[in-house]
Amino acid sequence: MAVKTVIEAIREGMDEEMARDPSVFLIGEDVGNRGGVFLATDGLYKKYGELRVIDSPLAESCIVGVAIGAAVNGMRPIAEIQFADFIAPAMNQIIEEAAKFSYRTAGDFNLPMVIRAPWGGGVHGALYHSQSIEATFAHIPGLKVVAPGTPADAKGLLKAAIRDPDPVLYLEHKRTYRLVKGEVPSGDHVVPIGKADVKREGTDLSLIAYGLMLTYCLEVAEKLAGDGISAEVLDLRTIKPIDREAIIATARKTGKVLVVHEDTPFAGIAAEVMAIIMENAFDALDAPVMRVTGPDVPAMPFNHILEEAFMPNPEKILLKARELAAV
Amino acid sequence: MATSVKMPQLGESITEGTIAKWLKKPGDQVKKYEGLVEIITDKVNAEVPAPLTGVLKEIKVQEGATVTVGTEIAVIEESVTATASAQKSQPPPPADLVAVPSPVSEEGQGGAETRTRLSPAVRALIEEHRISDAELSRIEGSGIGGRISKKDVEAYVAKRTQPAAANGERQQAATAPATAPAQTPGTTVPLSPMRRAIAANMLKSKQTIPHAWTVAEVDMTNVVRFRQKVKESFKQREGIDLTFVPIIVKAVVEGLKAVPVLNASWTDQGVLLHKDINVGVAVSVDDGLIVPVIHQADRMSIAGLAKVVDDLAKRARAGKLGIPDVQGGTFTVNNPGTFGTILSYSIIAPPQAGILAMDAIVKRPVVVDGDAIAIRSMMNLCLSFDHRVLDGVSAARFLQGVRRWLEGFSEQIPLY
Amino acid sequence: MALKTTEIEAKGGRSRHRSLGLSDEQALRIYEVMRLARAVDERMWLINRQGRAPFVISCQGQEGAQVGIAAALRTGYDWVAPYYRDAGVILWFGMTARDQMLSFFARREDPNSGGRQMPGHFGNRRLHIVTGGSPVATQLLHAAGVALASKQRKEDAVTAAFFGEGAASQGDTHEAMNFAGIHKLAVVFVCENNGYAISVPQSHQMAIENVADRAAGYGFPGVVVDGNDVLACYEAARQAVERARRGEGPTLIEVKTYRFTAHSSDDDDKRYRPAEEVAIWRQKDPIHRYATYLRDAGILSDAVEEEITERVTQQVDEATEYAEQAPDPTADDLTTFVYKQELKP
Repeated sequence: MAVKTVIEAIREGMDEEMARDPSVFLIGEDVGNRGGVFLATDGLYKKYGELRVIDSPLAESCIVGVAIGAAVNGMRPIAEIQFADFIAPAMNQIIEEAAKFSYRTAGDFNLPMVIRAPWGGGVHGALYHSQSIEATFAHIPGLKVVAPGTPADAKGLLKAAIRDPDPVLYLEHKRTYRLVKGEVPSGDHVVPIGKADVKREGTDLSLIAYGLMLTYCLEVAEKLAGDGISAEVLDLRTIKPIDREAIIATARKTGKVLVVHEDTPFAGIAAEVMAIIMENAFDALDAPVMRVTGPDVPAMPFNHILEEAFMPNPEKILLKARELAAV
Repeated sequence: MATSVKMPQLGESITEGTIAKWLKKPGDQVKKYEGLVEIITDKVNAEVPAPLTGVLKEIKVQEGATVTVGTEIAVIEESVTATASAQKSQPPPPADLVAVPSPVSEEGQGGAETRTRLSPAVRALIEEHRISDAELSRIEGSGIGGRISKKDVEAYVAKRTQPAAANGERQQAATAPATAPAQTPGTTVPLSPMRRAIAANMLKSKQTIPHAWTVAEVDMTNVVRFRQKVKESFKQREGIDLTFVPIIVKAVVEGLKAVPVLNASWTDQGVLLHKDINVGVAVSVDDGLIVPVIHQADRMSIAGLAKVVDDLAKRARAGKLGIPDVQGGTFTVNNPGTFGTILSYSIIAPPQAGILAMDAIVKRPVVVDGDAIAIRSMMNLCLSFDHRVLDGVSAARFLQGVRRWLEGFSEQIPLY
Repeated sequence: MALKTTEIEAKGGRSRHRSLGLSDEQALRIYEVMRLARAVDERMWLINRQGRAPFVISCQGQEGAQVGIAAALRTGYDWVAPYYRDAGVILWFGMTARDQMLSFFARREDPNSGGRQMPGHFGNRRLHIVTGGSPVATQLLHAAGVALASKQRKEDAVTAAFFGEGAASQGDTHEAMNFAGIHKLAVVFVCENNGYAISVPQSHQMAIENVADRAAGYGFPGVVVDGNDVLACYEAARQAVERARRGEGPTLIEVKTYRFTAHSSDDDDKRYRPAEEVAIWRQKDPIHRYATYLRDAGILSDAVEEEITERVTQQVDEATEYAEQAPDPTADDLTTFVYKQELKP
């Protein structure tokens, strides 16, 4: 096993799949010659050439629409949207076309495509380079949505997404690109879509998170242990289809659950997790399910004070976790 | 930022005050204008509100002590987020943590309710381990407001010995609980939350309050006649019935004003004479009994009381009472007489000092002035009282006051 | 070399079809498919007006452009991305009258969607018909993607994308042509300009006369064609297809045509266009024009016409009867195929 950063793991995942399967190709802005604005695709253009690593025009609907067409005709495209904040022009193609190809043809068509997008804040990206989009797309039946938080999961889930016969929105938290390091198993490491992962076992309360918040929750769990509070940390990893069994199991085990996400609260993923727990584990609850989320404002501002006020962080999560422990 | 709270000047020419009761303890969150401490002075007893929002850091003057106006009595740490308190490392006494706005955090009845509120997880454990109410009442709650948490129950179960496990198996529904004697044939009706709560309260009352009981017989004829006369027009005007309850409550209020020791509570520091007269009126509902409270009943007319009583009773039967509706009572009136009983021994609702039962109004032959016999409408007023707080003399004087007011009822007494 | 924007007039001459490389049989086959498209459509209107099916969206008046262009492609090899009016295209590409009626009645056996989509939402993987939804112009990007895949695999398959002049206003149209132009993809863009996007006339849809003029902005040729002259359409399409197959990139063919019916059975075209206008265009009915040519060419006699009519009618009757009896989907069919691979719930 080797230690890698998230971005290294992602790049490796793409490289390995492109080597393994000639139908896998990349299309997006700046993915080719430049290697991606974050260097996520660095070196792939040189290795696989201009037919498999395509610098697209500045047109998101085009990127996704062309990917759909290519997927119809036997290819496995990886479409990159440069920032999740810019995915809106492609909404029609994603929601009305990609998500519905299988359903509207009663299974005659399917689209084995991946849409990759860097998301999340904490990088002074301001309103348009920091947003969370997982709830918007998880709401659309026909799409799969994943949001890994560790290098091993990043690589494994990307491979699974590329091999998946359905459209997968693959969300890579840009702050974790270089911040989060971890061991990545060697060999063909694939992480199944739809399975959450208990990253830390505990008995007193459960922290449920994904993306950057996973790293923060692990920190918080460590601090809580010092207070004699045993916190379990469940990494969702896949947003859709969400691992209901894992959520129910951890809720039943501890009876106290805190859901953490960066996204704004209304109809965010925490609301869905809370609904699942209410419906399936009410009788095992020792306290109301709680959540820590970003605030209900349009996006994360540029000024660092405002950015920090927006972002959940270990301190805010710890405070809420202690509150939950004390109820 | 630490802010000093000083002994206020509660009245002109007041120079000092005595701390009667702290309503918050160090570590508690306080909101601006929330009650912080009860203070007694020569002239005025008052609940002093907190001057700002924050965390009560320190109490400088203890209950019972008297200090001059202007003396520092407490320190409040003003806070937006109470991060300072989050640094203590002891697990997990509530004082060290940021207090959650707890659903019920008052003393007395509030405390009992928080303890008896059981989460689904706790209820599941109670059922699984067959924990009796008696056992439950002995479990120390470590949650906010004394809540019994899942952890508390698990810890208890781990400690207790299980005689019922002699056969080595845990059976589900059929086995008798360890603490119960051999079962006689019959049906076990499961306990509703209300039944549990009533049971806990009744037990606590009888275990902690030495009850004494005395009865006065009241000639209600004037009241009955008056009511007969006005009830139609009252109903037309007000849209509700004029029952005997508001009239009795009015009489009780007059009685309490005359003998205030009955509108009080026993505390270790002394008998707390309540400022307000908040009369609880027992209402029978499907499952048991609920006692909504008429706050500041002394400020209402008979008609006003009638309206409030009608509203509370309706909402009680519809299950729509809020928490303030059942809190803060200082005296209770019970009406078992609707079912025909003539003498009743009611149990006091702690922390009150008395409860008055009004039994059935029955026409009986009685001797009236001049040794003549007349048929009069007679009613027994049965008073249970806390013998620590008052003696029979006060009890009798109170009843006398109530009786005289009722017997002297005439059209002169204003309805409004 | 580079094609100029010209109007290809219907030329006289008995062997025009042969000069375009079509045999007599092929020429008649084209005619028959146009007749079939019309007949199926007329039957659908009848049934709809009887209240027995909720929705029709017609090809009537545009069969010439549709079948003429489709005939220039290789079925089973090339791809089409049609829009909702393209019954002529999909019937040429292998769908049947029965398929159309199953779709019309939204039966479980409907090959496009199992009864999930409205009629006119064609899709069949085996026949290389790309599935379409209701948002317009999205299929142009799909066509570009299909063609990109062909290029990546070094195949010479051609993809034809069909759309109305209304869809030409969508951003996806611009993005698709731009991308196809950059990469010289084997796409034939076919704009069926029938003068109206529901009720909105061309004058309110664009500032120009010919959609084909936009092709220059994308670096490839644009051609204007009489959409009601089936052989002219065939000729333009054949040139464009051969261009594409040679790797020379896209062409935009604009066929000027007209729809005889309202936009759909939910539309009342009397509100926005005069009856006289419709009458004028009915005189240019592509089916009648082609029939005249075929008679002149000596390959369509009364007997042959009758045979074709009988065959077409029989197919339509059989298709209608079959579809009327065919079972509907059940409530259990609601939740299937959300994904190709359902993961653990």
